[in-house]
Amino acid sequence: MFTLAVLGFAAALAVSCEREFSDEVALATYPSTPEVFTDFPVGLTDAFFVSYDPADGANVYGFGTDDNEAYKGNSSIRIEVPAPSDPNGGFIGGIFLDRGNGRNLTEYDALTFWAKGSTTATVGLFGFGTDFQGDKYAAGINDITLSTDWRQYTIPIPNAAKLVQEKGMFTFSAGTQSTNGLGYSLWIDEIRFEKLGNIAQPRPAIFNGNDEEMSVFNGTEINITGTTQTFNMGDGSDVTVTAAKGYFDYASSDPFVAQVNENGVVTVVGEGTAKITASVNGVEASGSLTVESSGNFDVAPAPTHPAADVISVFSDAYTNAVEINFDPRYGGSTTETKISSAGGDEFLIYKNNNYTGIEFWETPIDASSKTHMHVDIFVDDASITQIAFQIRDIGANGVINTNIYNGLPTLDDKDYRFTASGFVAGEWKSFEIPLGGALASQKNNLGSIVLVGGPNFILDNIYFY
Amino acid sequence: MNTNKLKLLKLLFFFGMVAVFTTSCNPNDSQVVANFNIITMQDEFDIEGAPNDNIWGYDIGKGTNGWGNNELQYYTDRSSNVEVKEGLLKITAVKEAYEGAAYTSARLLTKGKFDQKYGRFEARIKLPWGQGMWPAFWLLGANIDAVDWPACGEIDIMENRGAEPSKVSGTVHGPGYSAGNSIGKEFSLTQDRFDTDFHVFGIEWGEDYINYYVDDVLYNQITPEDVDGEWVFDQPFFIILNLAVGGNYGGPPNDATVFPQEMLVDYVRVYAAE
Repeated sequence: MFTLAVLGFAAALAVSCEREFSDEVALATYPSTPEVFTDFPVGLTDAFFVSYDPADGANVYGFGTDDNEAYKGNSSIRIEVPAPSDPNGGFIGGIFLDRGNGRNLTEYDALTFWAKGSTTATVGLFGFGTDFQGDKYAAGINDITLSTDWRQYTIPIPNAAKLVQEKGMFTFSAGTQSTNGLGYSLWIDEIRFEKLGNIAQPRPAIFNGNDEEMSVFNGTEINITGTTQTFNMGDGSDVTVTAAKGYFDYASSDPFVAQVNENGVVTVVGEGTAKITASVNGVEASGSLTVESSGNFDVAPAPTHPAADVISVFSDAYTNAVEINFDPRYGGSTTETKISSAGGDEFLIYKNNNYTGIEFWETPIDASSKTHMHVDIFVDDASITQIAFQIRDIGANGVINTNIYNGLPTLDDKDYRFTASGFVAGEWKSFEIPLGGALASQKNNLGSIVLVGGPNFILDNIYFY
Repeated sequence: MNTNKLKLLKLLFFFGMVAVFTTSCNPNDSQVVANFNIITMQDEFDIEGAPNDNIWGYDIGKGTNGWGNNELQYYTDRSSNVEVKEGLLKITAVKEAYEGAAYTSARLLTKGKFDQKYGRFEARIKLPWGQGMWPAFWLLGANIDAVDWPACGEIDIMENRGAEPSKVSGTVHGPGYSAGNSIGKEFSLTQDRFDTDFHVFGIEWGEDYINYYVDDVLYNQITPEDVDGEWVFDQPFFIILNLAVGGNYGGPPNDATVFPQEMLVDYVRVYAAE
């Protein structure tokens, strides 16, 4: 009894060093149950397993339990990873959700579990924090190679202080990329949150630790990406967790230039330079974003063609008919491309362009009923006098056929070439390019627009009408 | 188990409760596992700048064959490798090309300034981390120049492989039981590590015994019966504190090793054998 009393006193002293909440704050507390699966799901929803969207190819039929296999006890989770050709879905993955209002995981530092495979396949993702309600604290380890014997895996919690009410208890996603499309079985057992006490040396990163720089305008919004947290584990190895942006705290060196919210979205608000940095639990993250804002930017004039007459390639005014690849990286290309936005209007920024393309050949556009292509061009520099467009019909074979020596279309391809000129620096200029030349008789499989020269310009509102 | 040990364990039981205090934000560095309490030498590292030269000297350079262990660092006494700051002795291993070495660090020793036969030697240290780090707190026989190593004897109070963050070892070397044949024991923390907070590493050394402890845990006793050779721990020894990079003990750093790395020493205290 004496020992207990003394210990209790000591613990109280230790707590008194922490910053205290004011009396007005009433803290709701949620259960801190550590177990997720033992021989049965612990405190999970009746559904137990909530699949990723079958519309995305997730197979909802391969999940179950196995009473003949267990690392411990008498039952484990058994997952049949399907072949890519499986009509029920080519991969399997989903989440386990807490059946209550979430759990308080702040006292733990890791999720641990045991797993094995019928073969030494590589599983794409194991994690937690995904709740299909924003996934604010999603975290996971990627590309885990299984053993055919039981092995324990540890996923360090990027910042447990954030997990006061977490519903996402477990996540996995598995396909057959590592097995040449052969399906396999995956068993998982003894999933629980733990306080291991030997996970240390946190090294958070944003933009995968790179220092990014961007030229932007007022109104531009940029998503912080590449958010990870690396720990040194008890066995001396390093483990890097992909950590959702919610685990991080963000800061801007100049809020009058750029602001960043708790979701990791940067908004440019003024002219000048600002550096966006982040930290996790007081540890500065490597990587940063420096934005250089040239101030207000007048977006392209709103297009006036009725939507019914338009097949849009890239415009906020219309529903785009295709998803473009605007960074095809042709051999020898020096072009840097970027999507940026101001006031919610996205546009395409080109820098140092010698040649590049806007590609959509995987879903060609039938422009038989159209006569023109519209494009808005902005240049900021009076030395830029012309930009050449090559509108390409890729023909019935569905692929781009180009003579690599002269760049001309071959086989069943046809194109029309047009040079835009007459720019006024600092202003948008609209061009109505006829679908002329060889395209006049073949424009039912438009698949790319090649851009030559410039070299620095901005495009918006690319559509056929 | 002899009665002396039993007594110690009782003490441990009692003071285990005190250890709760040491994890608070204002650490009380007192710990009791030993019986010797009369201070004969102490450095609390309270005066900023270079370490007190009445106590500490330096080994400089790469030694012969990396100080006999194929260590990779060049030891200097520059402030970038060794300084006293904010109440701590800071030994810093830096990755830099210097005098033909790829790393620099520091090794302090009390040779010719302080040595003692028997007593309690302890230091409170926060260790560096990562593959290739080899921090150590150890003693060498003061007669080393006359009789050479290992005849002089070596008492490793603490050494650690950076790739094993929760484990340290305490070892003795002497004639007939050196290097691979040395006598010692490893001590591991459970649910904790040596690179996240300070820990006390010590020995209590008397006639015919050396007791090893970490914090409030006595984890080994070495006596003449344990060694395959002459017991040479009956003469004065001096103190060494160093942070080696690479070497035979734990191997070289790798791409994941983060530099610089610091070995932080809160104090070194020596007590007389009573």
